[in-house]
Amino acid sequence: MFDNLSFNSNLCIVFEPQNILEMADIAEKVKSIIVEKLGVEASEVTPEASFTNDLGADSLDTVELIMEFEKEFNVSIPDDQAENIQTVGQAITYLEENAK
Amino acid sequence: MELKRVVVTGLGALTPIGNTVSEYWEGLSTGKSGCGPITKFDAEKFRTRFACELKNFSVEEFIPRQEARKMDPFTQYAIVASDEAIKDAGFDMESINKNKVGVIWGSGIGGLKTFEDEMIYFGKGDGTPKINPFFIPKMIADSSSGQISIRNGFRGPNYVTVSACSSANNAIIDAFNYIRTGRINICVTGGSEAPVTIASVGGFTAMRAMSERNDDPATASRPYDVNRDGFVVGEGAGALILEEYEHAKARGAKIYAELIGGGFSSDAYHITAPHPEGYGALLSMIDALEDAQIKPEEVDYINTHGTSTPIGDPQELKAIVDCFGEHAYKMSISSTKSMTGHLLGGAGAVEAVASILAIQHQFVPPTINCHDLDPAIDQKLDLTLNQGKARKIDVALSNGFGFGGHNATVIFRKV
Repeated sequence: MFDNLSFNSNLCIVFEPQNILEMADIAEKVKSIIVEKLGVEASEVTPEASFTNDLGADSLDTVELIMEFEKEFNVSIPDDQAENIQTVGQAITYLEENAK
Repeated sequence: MELKRVVVTGLGALTPIGNTVSEYWEGLSTGKSGCGPITKFDAEKFRTRFACELKNFSVEEFIPRQEARKMDPFTQYAIVASDEAIKDAGFDMESINKNKVGVIWGSGIGGLKTFEDEMIYFGKGDGTPKINPFFIPKMIADSSSGQISIRNGFRGPNYVTVSACSSANNAIIDAFNYIRTGRINICVTGGSEAPVTIASVGGFTAMRAMSERNDDPATASRPYDVNRDGFVVGEGAGALILEEYEHAKARGAKIYAELIGGGFSSDAYHITAPHPEGYGALLSMIDALEDAQIKPEEVDYINTHGTSTPIGDPQELKAIVDCFGEHAYKMSISSTKSMTGHLLGGAGAVEAVASILAIQHQFVPPTINCHDLDPAIDQKLDLTLNQGKARKIDVALSNGFGFGGHNATVIFRKV
């Protein structure tokens, strides 16, 4: 958790309770998008779970997930970065760092 | 080459007047209208604000939500109707050779709703194309036959015919040809359409092809009535299992009817208007009779294309008189679109099902809503107005004509 936070440029803001809540929100939103799009049980959506190997996503599902993340969190995820988002945890981490 | 006989061993229907074959027949035989106000989008500003929509249909009762959301409604309807037909055929899925089972489906448009939704979303953006990766596979018309094969493991010929409102008849004829030439044993065929959308209703009303009887939707589809003012769009699917006769007999299958002929023609006249003398319709029926090797006098019932448009209906009836001569007055004729509305690429499928059920029940479904027969129509024809009736039906013929000037006719016979 704190490893992730260290990427943030302004730590004093990060530690305000409101932002801690937003972090939890990001994880929850990511999970709910995955549950919705892949039709899996919430309990399966663990940080280690791989979209393709564990959650049954095919290549189109993966593209759609990335697009949903972009839409929901108002970010643009470049293709070279998207390629590195293969697990639930990687998605959460990326969005925590980049979500606006 | 000796052609094999082809029979119908399964039926499926998902229509505005019934969500199963038995409900559909109940609606057809009792003269039920499937028409009502449009609920699928806000039609307030449209010239036409009604359609024949499906009733009490929830796709999740048939297809898991995660699969359904990757299908346009026209494919969802195809899955539901073909599931019913496949189940009805009673195959032992472990023993049939799935490599010899085809899926040849018809759809006039394909995934129009999918196309619209994606382009509306794009139009609201800043020009960045954030197109959903499932957009193309949902939209393309052949996704329907593809999804049926994926669901059932059928690995024979697989494609979709596109010839507007004759699409499903063309699909049925193609399926017929593959089986009678021995290439495959079984084919899932039929057609579906999901055209109650803004582009479709907006587009057809722009052509003044649709009824605008907003004050009385239930009587808007009124083929042959002098006050008809256009077709009523409908949605849904019809499915048929065609099977080589010996194959069906060997497994003790229930046989509804034999498919004995398919005919086609092109008007070569106009992109939307039918040939004024009904010449294309005539050629299509003659071709089908020749293919079936029967005399015109053997046909007992014609399920017409009969869309309730001012210019389409009389031409088809003229063609029937030209084709059948005096016998035209001895057969029964009806347009079941008066009840279902016009399912476009699915029309031929639900009307083939209606024709087969008419043979099974020895009962002619009516043309409803015709209370003032158009004087331009031959008054001696028996158009089964407003009330269905029992009669001997050994042979039933069904016509389908499409924008572009496509005509296709299928003929079924009692076994």
